[in-house]
Amino acid sequence: METALNIHNLRVYYGDFLAIKDVNLAIPRNQITAIIGPSGVGKSTLLRALNRMNELVPGCRTEGEVLFDGVNIYDPRMDPVEVRRRIGMVFQKPNPFPKSIYENVAWGLRINGFRGTRAQLDEAVEQALRAAALWDEVKDKLHQSGLSLSGGQQQRLCIARVIALQPEVILLDEPASALDPIATLKIEELMRELKRDYTLVIVTHNMQQAARVSDYTAMMMLTGDEERSGTVIEFDRTKTIFTNPRDKRTEDYVTGRFG
Amino acid sequence: MTRKILDQQMREIKEKLLILGNMVERALLESAEALEKRDLVAARRVMAADREVNDRRFAIEALTIGLIATQQPVASDLRLLAAVLEIAGELERIGDYAKGIAVINLRMGDVLKPIVPAEIPVMARKTADMLHRALVAFVNEDAEAARAIPREDDEVDAFYLRIYWDLMGMVVRDPSAIERVNWLLWAAHNLERAADRVTNICERTIYAVTGEMAEMDVTWDELELQNAERRRL
Repeated sequence: METALNIHNLRVYYGDFLAIKDVNLAIPRNQITAIIGPSGVGKSTLLRALNRMNELVPGCRTEGEVLFDGVNIYDPRMDPVEVRRRIGMVFQKPNPFPKSIYENVAWGLRINGFRGTRAQLDEAVEQALRAAALWDEVKDKLHQSGLSLSGGQQQRLCIARVIALQPEVILLDEPASALDPIATLKIEELMRELKRDYTLVIVTHNMQQAARVSDYTAMMMLTGDEERSGTVIEFDRTKTIFTNPRDKRTEDYVTGRFG
Repeated sequence: MTRKILDQQMREIKEKLLILGNMVERALLESAEALEKRDLVAARRVMAADREVNDRRFAIEALTIGLIATQQPVASDLRLLAAVLEIAGELERIGDYAKGIAVINLRMGDVLKPIVPAEIPVMARKTADMLHRALVAFVNEDAEAARAIPREDDEVDAFYLRIYWDLMGMVVRDPSAIERVNWLLWAAHNLERAADRVTNICERTIYAVTGEMAEMDVTWDELELQNAERRRL
């Protein structure tokens, strides 16, 4: 199994507070990895550390390394904007720009230095919308506002926007928590398709979703006697995590007997 | 966070499985005793009781599937419920073996005084005892006990071999006994198969408790081959 991201001794502080500590994890390429664990354990913090999104939070400091193609994304020579292009992120609440569906996707292409003709741009927009399984639903109304779409469609539009930037890894932070069950299943199906071309990492509170959609699961838990920080206590194939986890704490959490 | 509904219903399912197990255990003992005593009334009772065994098996399955559908159990909970489905099926089949012995008894009804080897009821008691302990091990989630019980299957197989040779002797002495010997051999074979299914129950228990899928069974075929080898030497 090839590795897309290699996380070594990762620690993230918010001011003096150590939010996550000693995370060592190899995220497999072209697979879906789910990060699960109780609230407040640092799942989103870990996810955001994978594309330097945490740097936008004042007082946030990161130690350790995240190797991407053998290079630490925290290396001072790395351009954070380029890191976030190659490792894209989709958020909990769909956040399309208040622009047309077309422009939402074209924006990503233009910012990515797209220099082609209008026809080429049209084609690239279509490709991204197709990849996000949205094209058939929006092809007749590309110039309507992205905000006119349903929640599930807006989320797929945001995924199309990320895809347009041609990333290698897509991070998803609770991408379906604001969606109804059918829209949720569509996003999950889409994720299964996207893994052919991308590596996906998803944070979810919904354990059944993690079980349905992911290939690998990382279980996070607060540890430590005095200062309690989140860390990954078990990482394995999702099937193993949900049928026969090794760690008693994972067992208690997935069976719903935690705390 | 607790799982009150799930925990309570899993307890209920275990209780129902124990009741089913007790019925099957009784059917084994009663069918073998009835065979030895040529008690046709008792044989009919075993046959009638088998209908309830089947009904109870389906009821346990329905309850378990309902729980899986509504409570989304995972990890040890899921393994336990998957084991329940298997074990309920094994119990139903063991019940069928007991019923089969009752049917043999009834079919032999018109055969005058067939001599039933005394070891058949002893073999039934051994099998029923293993079954009983296998179910206790399951309910108590005791993997160690579940590992120990299949080793006793050799004793059951040895019973079967002795009965086999005993019956073969009968045919040699009196070739006209061939039909009833054939029936009795089937009865002993049913008990031997029942004990194999006890081993399956133990395997499911080990899976439910540890997640390990292990084959505990040395089958009759393998044993028979070993014996054939020994005789040739």
